Amino acid sequence: MNLHVSSRDIGERTLSIIGELKALEGPLLPILHEIQAEFGYVPQEALPIIARELNLSRAEVHGVVSFYHDYRDHPTGRHVLKLCRAEACQSMGGDALAERVKALLGIDFHQTTLDGAVTLEPVYCLGLCSTAPAAMLDGEVHGRLDADAVKDLVAEVRA
Amino acid sequence: MTVTIFVPRDAAALAVGADRVAKAIEKEIAARGIDARVVRNGSRGMLWLEPLVEVRTDHGRIAYGPVKPSDVVSLFDAGFLNGSAHPLCHGPTQDIPYYASQTRLTFSRCGVTDPLSIEDYRQYRGLTGLEKAIAMTPADIVKEVTDSGLRGRGGAGFPTGIKWKTVMDAAGPQKYIVCNADEGDSATFADRMIMEGDPFVLIEGMAIAGIATGATKGYVYIRSEYPHAIAIMDEAIRLARAEKILGPSVLGSAYAFDMEVRSGAGAYVCGEETSLLNSLEGKRGIVRAKPPLPALQGFLGRPTVVNNVMSLASIPVILDRGAAFYKDFGMGRSRGTIPIQIAGNVKHGGLYEIAFGLTLGQIVNEIGGGTASGRPVKAVQVGGPLGAYFPVSLFDTPFDYEAFAAKDGLIGHAGITVFDDTVDMLKQARFAMEFCAIESCGKCTPCRIGSTRGVETADKIAQGIELEKNKALLADLCNTMKFGSLCALGGFTPYPVMSAMNHFPNDFSPAPMVEAAE
Repeated sequence: MNLHVSSRDIGERTLSIIGELKALEGPLLPILHEIQAEFGYVPQEALPIIARELNLSRAEVHGVVSFYHDYRDHPTGRHVLKLCRAEACQSMGGDALAERVKALLGIDFHQTTLDGAVTLEPVYCLGLCSTAPAAMLDGEVHGRLDADAVKDLVAEVRA
Repeated sequence: MTVTIFVPRDAAALAVGADRVAKAIEKEIAARGIDARVVRNGSRGMLWLEPLVEVRTDHGRIAYGPVKPSDVVSLFDAGFLNGSAHPLCHGPTQDIPYYASQTRLTFSRCGVTDPLSIEDYRQYRGLTGLEKAIAMTPADIVKEVTDSGLRGRGGAGFPTGIKWKTVMDAAGPQKYIVCNADEGDSATFADRMIMEGDPFVLIEGMAIAGIATGATKGYVYIRSEYPHAIAIMDEAIRLARAEKILGPSVLGSAYAFDMEVRSGAGAYVCGEETSLLNSLEGKRGIVRAKPPLPALQGFLGRPTVVNNVMSLASIPVILDRGAAFYKDFGMGRSRGTIPIQIAGNVKHGGLYEIAFGLTLGQIVNEIGGGTASGRPVKAVQVGGPLGAYFPVSLFDTPFDYEAFAAKDGLIGHAGITVFDDTVDMLKQARFAMEFCAIESCGKCTPCRIGSTRGVETADKIAQGIELEKNKALLADLCNTMKFGSLCALGGFTPYPVMSAMNHFPNDFSPAPMVEAAE
């Protein structure tokens, strides 16, 4: 992921994504997903372009972007580690495990380590409730986590 | 003859190393020059045994699990390709008691077939429901679904046939089938499992819904937390289109139906049907007031069926075997089968499809085998984050919509989370409020503000501050949320909170704070 994208590049790539998806019924979420996949976050510069092309107000587009937990307004670390905080994982010691991960990384949820290696995010259910506690690292799922397993995960993102 | 080895590709199996096991097996096959192939099937639902590797033999499929990559060499050495004994062997998969005692109607193929093989799908009675539907009138299809007694499996339990009839009778140039696959409740994964393990059954169910109601376009709204389900559904739709199961002429008939996958964006409230429709339209996932019903003014203001994955995936078997067959299972007004998801601190966690009517105690103790930790069960949450916590004293409650409602609980999407005696129920009540505060769409004040006040009040109770007053306040907040919220998020958050408070009063009476002795 290139973190130094110029505003002009953002504009051009946003326009081309909109061009591909505009014909869908209800195109805004697919467009935002694609923009986030492209840049790693939804850049502010993209919002007025989306608003103009979809004939929406900037407030409407901002409202949608800020409503959904998935959309970020800034880049993440090189890795994204999502820990499940929901009930089934709680019942298997998920809270203690989350504290351990935070201590190992030295950050809280929604933060990125200073070296830019990893962003830690909470997630409410990955549907891995019978193999709890569960986590997702860069889209890969991990279940039956224990202290050793999270240590390995943390070592992996730090490598 | 080529030996077939099955290694699941279900996300729960992947989470415990199924890909690495498959790789190790491929490596051994190559190294030993054996004539064998690996099929990546769905999960059988016995998740404590995952990764569950199966080998097809003359004596049926033999199960081995849970298999670690380091077990693979010893499996080959023991002759597992012939179904030979091994410490991890469980004998024929069909005969494992957990599996053998189920009634698998909706999940009949899940874990058995290659999820992306239409050939497999047809071989196991796939598409027969759709073929029968094409030969029927739409009104007869709707009647069949109504007669089956199928009720919305998403949680609300509304009769599916009545919803379909409303859309069938509605006039409009374009109608839609929207599948709610925003399965956000903790302890639920049935939707994920069927989409990953038997995606064509959902496609078939949606096509039948389209034919019955006159809808020609369908959407599956899948939560973004399920990337594997999204990928498999996308591929299955592409294959179904190539086979003319979807398209301008469904299986060569005069009916047109096509569909696509849409990904959610991490908002729990979008599992509520009207908020899902707003999200699908590209808006904030704010709940809409009803009426108008989505059946009349749904997606883009047009007549829309919004059904849960499980409801739609149950349609093919109903059309194939008939309403009477399906209705024969179950109790009272809860007809057919329900895939119960047993999760959390439980020994035998997994998916268990059975007719309605088992008691909660049977599910937790006999099928689930009690806690994984070996400690006594303290509480069981039924129905996800908006479901009530049941104490052991209510274990005689039968699994049935009305029976659970009578005990101030709900079945919801049939997920069950087991907690052992280390759980602090005040903490769970606080979490229910916290979750509601994080996920509230903001439309209704009791939900938006009440949940935050609820967290604060729970904290005060935990600190022993004015206990009686704050417990009364928490109950009052719950009452306001229950009756003052449009949807189930604000309306049902009181279930876990009040059930925790009523059934586990000791956890809500912490010892008064004692000054720390210096």
